[in-house]
Amino acid sequence: MTRRHAGRALWNTVGVAVFVVMVFPVFWMVSTAFKTDDQINSFAPTWFSTTPTIRHFTEAIHRPFFWADVKNSVIIVSVTVVIAMALAFLAAVALAKYRFTGRKLFIVLMIGVQMLPAAGLIIPLYVLLARYHQVNTLTGVIVTYLTFALPFSVWTLRGFILGIPKDLEEAAMVDGSTRLGAFVRILLPLVAPGLVATSIFTFITSWNEYIFARVLLNDQSKQTLTLWLSFYLGTGRNTDYGGLMAASTLTAIPVVIFFLLVQRRIAFGLTAGAVRG
Amino acid sequence: MATAAETTPKWSRRRALTWRRVGRGAVPYGLIFPVVAALGAILAYPIYSLVRLSFQKYGLFELINHHGVGVGLHNFGSVLHDSVFWHTLVRTIVFTVANVGLTMLIGTSLALLLVRVSAWVRILVTAGLVLVWSMPQVVAVQVWIWLTNSQNGVVNYVLTQLHLGDYIEHNWYVTPFSQLAMVTTLIVWGALPFVAITIYAALSQVPAELIEAAEIDGARSWNVFRDVTMPVIRPVLLILTSLSILWDFGVFTQPYLLIGQGHIVPSNYLMGIYLFEQGYVKTDFGRGAAISILMLAIIAVMSVFYVRKMVRLGDVQ
Repeated sequence: MTRRHAGRALWNTVGVAVFVVMVFPVFWMVSTAFKTDDQINSFAPTWFSTTPTIRHFTEAIHRPFFWADVKNSVIIVSVTVVIAMALAFLAAVALAKYRFTGRKLFIVLMIGVQMLPAAGLIIPLYVLLARYHQVNTLTGVIVTYLTFALPFSVWTLRGFILGIPKDLEEAAMVDGSTRLGAFVRILLPLVAPGLVATSIFTFITSWNEYIFARVLLNDQSKQTLTLWLSFYLGTGRNTDYGGLMAASTLTAIPVVIFFLLVQRRIAFGLTAGAVRG
Repeated sequence: MATAAETTPKWSRRRALTWRRVGRGAVPYGLIFPVVAALGAILAYPIYSLVRLSFQKYGLFELINHHGVGVGLHNFGSVLHDSVFWHTLVRTIVFTVANVGLTMLIGTSLALLLVRVSAWVRILVTAGLVLVWSMPQVVAVQVWIWLTNSQNGVVNYVLTQLHLGDYIEHNWYVTPFSQLAMVTTLIVWGALPFVAITIYAALSQVPAELIEAAEIDGARSWNVFRDVTMPVIRPVLLILTSLSILWDFGVFTQPYLLIGQGHIVPSNYLMGIYLFEQGYVKTDFGRGAAISILMLAIIAVMSVFYVRKMVRLGDVQ
C-alpha cells in the first residue's frame, strides 16, 4: 500500500510540475502587464509585482486605433456569427433529421472544406474581392470568415441536434402537432444551448483570425483587434513589453471568458462524435 | 434513421408519389440550399478562379484591369523548377513530422498522467490546460516574443539559474533551425490541451476491470497499455494525428509572426509563408495560385483518410 502511495505522490508531483510549465506563459503575460518598467527591464525577473500598476493598460487602450479596431472586431464577429447560425442551423436540421440523395456528398464537403488551409485560399479570395472592391472593407472580411464559419457550424450543430432524444419529438407529433410544430416547440428550446455554444465557438475563431484580416485590411482604422495587437511592437527597437503584455491580456480576455463557458460542450461534442464510431 | 417511408405501413406505398410526398422530399434540399448557395459563391467560385489564375499571368496590372493573360503551364513549371519550392516542401514535411510527433507523444503522456494523479491534481492540470487552450494564437506569439527575448527574457534567466549553461543575452532566433524550433515550442504548447484532453476522454472509455484483470494476471504496464488501452483509443489517436498533420502543414500565423515579418527569408520558409511571400507580397497572383494548388493537392491527399473516417461517423446516425 505504501508503495502505491509513494507512486501516487510521485505522479502528483509530476502533474503539478506540468501545470506550472504549461500555465507559466499565461501567468507571465498577466503578471508582466501589471509591473513597472523597472521591474520589466531588469534581467533578474520580478515574479509578482508588490506594487502593481495599471499604467500599461491605460496606455494600451489610448494607443491609436484601439477602440476603432475593437469596434471592427465586434462588427465582423457579430455579423459572421448571425449569418453562420441562421444558414447553418437549417442545413444541420436537414443532415440530422432527413435522409436524402446527396447527403453524403454534402457531409464530405462540410468536412473537407474545413481541411483547406487558409493560406491556400488567400490568393483567389483577394483577387475576387478586389474585383468587387471589397478589399479593405469589413464586408470582404466577413465573407472570407464565412468560408470556415459555415462548415464548422453545420457540422457542430448537427451533432447537437442528434443529441436530442427522438422520443421527445415523436411524442409531440403523436399529440397532434405537425412536424413544424414539433420542431418549434420541442426541438428549438432543446437545441438552444447547442446554438449558443456553436455561436461562441464561431465568435472565438473569427475574433482570433489573422491571415485573412492581414491580407484584406491595410487601413489601420479598418483592422481587427488581433491585427492591431500583431502590429503593436512595430519595427522599432524600443520594445515596450509592459504595454505589449497589457494589450495581449486585453485581446485575450473576451476569448478566455467565452471559451471557459463552452469548452466542456464543444470538447464533449468532439469526443462523443469520435467515440460513437 | 426512421424516415417517414420506413414508418408508414406497406399499403400506403402506392400513394408514394402524391404532391405532399414530393413536397416533403424537397424539404431537406430547401434546408441545405442557403449554405450550398453561400459556399458556392464564397468558396466554389474562388476555387474555380484559383485554377484559372494558375494558368494566367496575373500581377498588379492585371488585377486593376480584371483581366489575366493566359500563359499555359508556365506558372507550374516555374514553381516546380524553383529550388526554393523543393527546399520549402522538404523543410515543411520535416517540421510537420517533428511538431505532430512531439504533440502526440507529449499529449498521450499527459493524458496517461491525468489517469494516475489524485483528483485535485487532475482538476488543477485540466483547468490549466483549458486556460492554455483558450489563448489566441496571436496573443501566444506576443507572449513567446517576450518570454524568449535576448535582453531580459525570463527563459534565459531561468536556464542560467538552473545551471543549464550560460544563456545571458542568448538569442533564440539566429539560425533557421533555432527559429523553427521556437515556433515548434509555441505550436506544441498551444496544441497540447486539445490533444491531451481528447485522449484523456478516450482513455476513460477503457474498462477499468480489464486493466485490473490484466494487472492481476501479472502483465507489465507497457503490455497493458499496448494490448488493452491502445485498441480503445486508437481511433481517437488516428483522428488527432491526421488533424494535427493538416494543421501543422498549412501553418502560417505562428511562424510568420514569431520569426517576424522582417526576418522571413527563403531559408526559413514554410509552405504557407512561401505561398504568402511569392503570391501576395510579390503580387504575382498567377504563380501564387499555382503554389496554392500544389499545396492544396498535397493536403487533399493527406486528408482523404481523415475525411473518410469522419464521413463514416456522420453516416452511422
